[in-house]
Amino acid sequence: MPSPSITSSGLPDGSAASLTGFLHGLPGVDQVGAEARAAMLGTRSIKNDAKSWAIDLAIRMIDLTTLEGMDTPGKVRAMCAKALRPDPTDSSCPSVAAVCVYGDMVQTARQAVGDRIHVAAVATAFPSGRASLEVKLLDTRDAVNAGADEIDMVIDRGAFLSGNYVKVFDEIVAIKEACGSAHLKVILETGELKTLDNVRRASWLAMVAGADVIKTSTGKVVPAATLPVTLVMLEAVRDFHRTTGTRIGVKAAGGIRTSKDAIKYLVLVNETLGEDWLTPDLFRFGASTLLNDLLLQRQRISTGHYSGPNYVTID
Amino acid sequence: MKFEYAAAPESRAVVNIASNYGLFINGEFVEPHSGAFFKTVNPATEEVLSEVAEAGQADVDAAVKAARRAYDKTWSRMSGKDRGKYLFRIARLIQERSRELAVLESIDNGKPIRESRDVDLPLVAAHFFYYAGWADKLEFAGLGDNPQPLGVAAQVIPWNFPLLMLAWKIAPALACGNTVVLKPAETTPLTALAFADICQQADLPPGVVNIITGAGETGRMLVEHPDVNKVAFTGRTEVGKAIQRAVAGTGKALTLELGGKAANIVFDDAPFDEAIEGVVNGIFFNQGHVCCAGSRLLIQESVADQFIEALKSRLGTLRLGDPLDKNTDIGAINSYQQLAKIEELSKSGEDEGAERWSAQCDMPDKGWWFPPTLFTGVTQAHRIAREEIFGPVLSVLTFRTPDEAIEKANNTPFGLSAGIWTEKGSRILHMANSLRAGVIWANTFNRFDPTSPFGGYKESGFGREGGVHGLAAYLKVEDPS
Repeated sequence: MPSPSITSSGLPDGSAASLTGFLHGLPGVDQVGAEARAAMLGTRSIKNDAKSWAIDLAIRMIDLTTLEGMDTPGKVRAMCAKALRPDPTDSSCPSVAAVCVYGDMVQTARQAVGDRIHVAAVATAFPSGRASLEVKLLDTRDAVNAGADEIDMVIDRGAFLSGNYVKVFDEIVAIKEACGSAHLKVILETGELKTLDNVRRASWLAMVAGADVIKTSTGKVVPAATLPVTLVMLEAVRDFHRTTGTRIGVKAAGGIRTSKDAIKYLVLVNETLGEDWLTPDLFRFGASTLLNDLLLQRQRISTGHYSGPNYVTID
Repeated sequence: MKFEYAAAPESRAVVNIASNYGLFINGEFVEPHSGAFFKTVNPATEEVLSEVAEAGQADVDAAVKAARRAYDKTWSRMSGKDRGKYLFRIARLIQERSRELAVLESIDNGKPIRESRDVDLPLVAAHFFYYAGWADKLEFAGLGDNPQPLGVAAQVIPWNFPLLMLAWKIAPALACGNTVVLKPAETTPLTALAFADICQQADLPPGVVNIITGAGETGRMLVEHPDVNKVAFTGRTEVGKAIQRAVAGTGKALTLELGGKAANIVFDDAPFDEAIEGVVNGIFFNQGHVCCAGSRLLIQESVADQFIEALKSRLGTLRLGDPLDKNTDIGAINSYQQLAKIEELSKSGEDEGAERWSAQCDMPDKGWWFPPTLFTGVTQAHRIAREEIFGPVLSVLTFRTPDEAIEKANNTPFGLSAGIWTEKGSRILHMANSLRAGVIWANTFNRFDPTSPFGGYKESGFGREGGVHGLAAYLKVEDPS
């Protein structure tokens, strides 16, 4: 480091030597320190107006998700109705950012939500990513053609862990091209990368290759999103912005179920990237059950008492 | 859109501050013979919190006498197992009352409730639990077959960690069979007085713990009292030297924990973001009122600009204000005198040619405050590189090679602590062997644990507190260090 193939922007070109040199030259992450920082930010106490504001923002940041083998058009339509109008009893409740479905459900979802919210499709042999590039490209084009304006792709974790950064890079570049005007979210599947050093490297690799958003997890691997992992990704986004001036989004997906958890993530964003990132364009939650807890908290704030699970809808 | 955190104050209702306090002698609160009282104030609001007795010579005599009687008649004769029972009971009471004690500490000291709640109080309880466990195992501490207590301990503590310093002093002393007379600092007596209440609650035999309040003169009378066997002091180096002179030739055992000017050394291969956090925690924790604070940043020249820029950006996110707000990072400066000292030394930094940068903070109208500040372009010759500021002021120096870092880090009259930031394990070990400091942290800073000894080299004092080493300071043994 620095490798001869670092471009004038300070970023590597796509060659193997350049990518390896660049990624291995990134500063290490001290796991104990990163966990301590995330835990400290988790102690922020968000009350009253700040809490109401944060809950509405969190709702607007949700990619309401169903990714099951048992999904049906009926299930997807029900979820879309919920996404558009999360609380039927309260018209002041905002819609979520997007619905997130498998590729074969995109058309149903798009018909249900129209242009009112985004439709995200998981593609590229989600969740494992174990297929040829041709299959992944077809998967992506299929979803875009069916009406998806956001694509959630997975990286090839096997290639990443074996040091074949070029393969991961080239796949992201190719999928990005196949996306056309659709936004590309790149899922790192941090639960399989294991170390925070890997999380930092994979974040940079995805951003340099052209990701619009970097995303923690598929939700199919435990652990999914965690505060320390998200912190490291936010720091990478901050540093990428300092280097290039480009704002990359972050999506925390999987395992975030309570309002309290969601607010911790918003604090993390606020104190790492600042208010510019506190928008659904640049931060998302991938979640299925989080929305109902946010709604229960929202109702509690407006009515002064807790209701129960029968006062929010299931989708 | 801006994420404005709404005010989240911890409730004060949990504390009950009396309008005045006597002295805690022989198990009860008594009026001072001196008849004198002084005020203690909330440094964040300048509100007078209470009037506290100022102990004179007759009061000091009474306290030492009570401690002597308790030592002779009760405590030194009690089995270690029974002493341990009392200490465990005290530790549990501290945990049960930790919210109250944390709020009280923040009100009297000015430190953020997040720190008193998450750092001070858990460590206070842990310290009592730890030494409670030693009380019946002293013969296995490697300090002789039948180690004996020293007698009456005179203990004088500072205002920066009032209850934690009390724990560091009282827990090992009692575990070893000594009785104590402790004087808290004059600006922060309230948690020590609450601790007196806990001693009553725990049915601790009268006279085992005596708490006398007052200022420097009271402290002098206490440490110079002829019937005291042991003196333990934490505070300023000048006072420590005076105590050492006063104690010389008396046969009293002495431990001193004094000032520091620690180097936090960041290499170019450090874990960058965590090193930023470590530097922030090193000097801005507790407003920099920390004897082992990392007040000198030694940053490798090859990454200095990048690091300082990132550090400034991070300091911009620190939240200064109401110590009782759960989201406050930087509380109030403990006293007007301390604020004046910080301002005077900061001015000397500017006058001597260093470049000052302070975070933009809205300062409350009342109380004593100082914004997080760093100086760049500092050299070893500057006063702000040599003298302890004891405030939220970081002096930034650079180095080119590991040897230069070692040389600069050691080039100070102090030697309390140091920090090393690098991903290279062999470098950590080499640096740690070369630094003359009692506590050395690697890839972390300001971490404390009752099992780990703490203390200094050179003008930072002598003797160790914490761990098995801490027992040696309160037993008749050869000091193994």
